[in-house]
Amino acid sequence: MIQLVEPYTEEKIRALKMGEMVHVTGVIYTGRDAVHKFLHEGGKPPVDLQNAIIYHCGPVVIKEKGKWVVKAAGPTTSTREEPYQGDIIEKFRIRAVIGKGGMGPKTLEACRKIGCVYLHTIGGAAQVLAECVTDILGVHLEQFGSPEAIWVLRVKDFPAVVTMDSHGNSLHAAMLEQSKERLKAIL
Amino acid sequence: MRSLKANLLELIRRTSAELPDDVVNVITRATPQEQQGSGGRYAMDVIVKNIDMAKVKSAPLCQDTGSILFFVKAPKGFDQLSFEKAARDAVAEATAKGYLRQNSVDSLTGRNTGNNLGPGSPSFHFHQHRGMRLDVRLILKGGGCENVGAQYSLPEVRVGANRDLDGVRRVILDAVVQAQGKGCGPGILGVCIGGDRATGYLHSKEQFLRKLDDANPEAALAALEQDIVVTANKLGIGPMGFGGATTLLGCKIGALNRLPASYFVSISYMCWAYRRQGIVLNDSGRIVEWLY
Repeated sequence: MIQLVEPYTEEKIRALKMGEMVHVTGVIYTGRDAVHKFLHEGGKPPVDLQNAIIYHCGPVVIKEKGKWVVKAAGPTTSTREEPYQGDIIEKFRIRAVIGKGGMGPKTLEACRKIGCVYLHTIGGAAQVLAECVTDILGVHLEQFGSPEAIWVLRVKDFPAVVTMDSHGNSLHAAMLEQSKERLKAIL
Repeated sequence: MRSLKANLLELIRRTSAELPDDVVNVITRATPQEQQGSGGRYAMDVIVKNIDMAKVKSAPLCQDTGSILFFVKAPKGFDQLSFEKAARDAVAEATAKGYLRQNSVDSLTGRNTGNNLGPGSPSFHFHQHRGMRLDVRLILKGGGCENVGAQYSLPEVRVGANRDLDGVRRVILDAVVQAQGKGCGPGILGVCIGGDRATGYLHSKEQFLRKLDDANPEAALAALEQDIVVTANKLGIGPMGFGGATTLLGCKIGALNRLPASYFVSISYMCWAYRRQGIVLNDSGRIVEWLY
């Protein structure tokens, strides 16, 4: 298990290889459909995204005794951000994107160019992952609704697998090709 | 005695936090099929741990608490409007308590209603029956798996699918390949052969009310269900698309008559977080049975 601890430098990210398992410790920002569209259309980010990690997640957060509490925090399907993600990685020099389901060639190319990785966490595992959130440091763009806002999360030992690295390797592309070939053979 | 609203609130809580036994059993059996140290095994181990944690914490198994689908079988003369009101109140309260995420968005303005209520949410499917009891089943279906559903109109030249069961098999397997890990596999398919575009999809979702260990009374469909699972698991997509032995945990297929001109195959994909529960209420409104 590789420890990926803030600050998320290009050097640490470039050292990661497809298939490796990592534990992320530090601050990460949630951002999904509305945030990506907003940033892509030139919206000004309310947080500093330079060298940041974006997490495709719409958590369940409620206020208990005046304090935010994360009730569930698993990933959402990343592929919907494919039209935007590559440009956003390049524009803000994002170091990692956490999500599920993988992303396409445009994102992979931006990862290679900038030094960014795609970290795949386990879809649906909202409790295991919520347990890794130690603090909520803030929330931005709440007008997009709670699941679509930017939540600033402090995480500890947040588990993920590197499925797209900064050297042009994608487990998703490989798996799609392999399964297509196998289906062809079966039919 | 608890009100209908309170019973429905408990139904929602339990559906969101606990998987039914038939689903847990299949997941438990699949886990050792994945090689130690592989990505697929890692995914299955996290899934198993997550199932336990959600139950113990009484918290949502998955943060996407999904579309809220009520399937109700009620006696003749049953007051559907009062039921709908009680269910809406229960949904709003479940959202405030964090059993459900704020998950209903106005499609025109993008505004989240904040309480899961709005046009089409929750959705109700009522049927009458001659008994005195009220049978309420709830499915919470997340958006990731809903997005990888597919509807084919046969013939489909791209996969060589004609208007017969072999063609049905081809498009179902194509849908599995297209979905890869994006629907949070290992998944469960609900399939409808026939119907129109609307009834086909609805009937494919109704397949999710069946237990995973049931047997399809129609022999041809029972055989096809088994074949789809065995064949899909040879594709190597595996848990979360990480590669491995378990791509599907189950497949349930129903059929509706079709028009001579139409031959739809409607496929709904259910993620491993297969949230389904049901209660039976007697004529005095007491829960007498949990169905799954």
